[in-house]
Amino acid sequence: MKSSRGDWWYDEAAGPLVRPYAMVRGRTRPLRPELHLVTQVRAMPSPSDPDALSVEHLEIMELCRRPLSVAEVAAYLDVPLVVVKVLLSDLIQRGDVVIRDPSRVPVVPDRNLLQAVLDGVRGI
Amino acid sequence: MVSVESERPGGELLVPTPVKIVIAGGFGTGKTTMVNSVSEIPPLHTEELLTEAGVGVDDVVGLEQKETTTVALDFGRITINPEVVLYLFGTPGQNRFWFMWDELAYGAIGAVILVDTRRLDSSFPSIDFFERRGIPFVIGVNCFEGSHLYEVDEVRRALDVDDAIPVVLCDARERESSKAVLVSLIQHTMDRLDATV
Repeated sequence: MKSSRGDWWYDEAAGPLVRPYAMVRGRTRPLRPELHLVTQVRAMPSPSDPDALSVEHLEIMELCRRPLSVAEVAAYLDVPLVVVKVLLSDLIQRGDVVIRDPSRVPVVPDRNLLQAVLDGVRGI
Repeated sequence: MVSVESERPGGELLVPTPVKIVIAGGFGTGKTTMVNSVSEIPPLHTEELLTEAGVGVDDVVGLEQKETTTVALDFGRITINPEVVLYLFGTPGQNRFWFMWDELAYGAIGAVILVDTRRLDSSFPSIDFFERRGIPFVIGVNCFEGSHLYEVDEVRRALDVDDAIPVVLCDARERESSKAVLVSLIQHTMDRLDATV
């Protein structure tokens, strides 16, 4: 499913590959290894220096006013995951986006977390 | 939209804990249907670009010289509470995208492996994958209209899975039925956790 808000950067002539990589100025290696599919990202209330940010960065800041996963950001912007990871890494580096402190994410889920998920699924 | 408290006491921005469940199975077993039936948002779609060789998912330097391929991922979301969000990811249909499965399985609390009794063998690779990684899973027998209804024990024998692994009959189109499969998986994961402590 295509996101309607991602229209501005789909460029038929350039093809699906060229635009995304131009957007990240050829940088292709995500800087933040802790950015996984479901890592939660959230924007600070306002960017530290909006003039230094690209349109794409600002779009992410807008989306992430509420916490979202990396995969959701990629889906709403309609760009490949690898591109979103690079853009998010920029924003994290600048302090404009926070992610859940990896040290607080349990590697093995604890019982309380599983119980919460169980109750939540039963309740939907 | 579920409202989210914006701050923890002390002014720190609240960032929820994500929890992930993988919905796996062979082509056409109803993975996306199951995600659709329980997700609180219309299922989302994203893509990852990979080189054919699959060397280093993030390594796209020299992309123009290599054959690239797009792996499509469909996923849904269930907000458990302001601090916990559950994501459901369907595995890519084609088995050649195994390297993407590692990213999907990373940190997952478990997997639902959907089977179609008319094509049981299409689910064997998924069962192998999760068995080898020690990730808890349950078998969801998606009862397609017109497919012969098998007994749970017959399916269990045919798939050769351990007695401790729940095998649940379901209709992936039905929310309540899909919920029951997820509940069975989460309980199974909790049982496994209890057994190891």
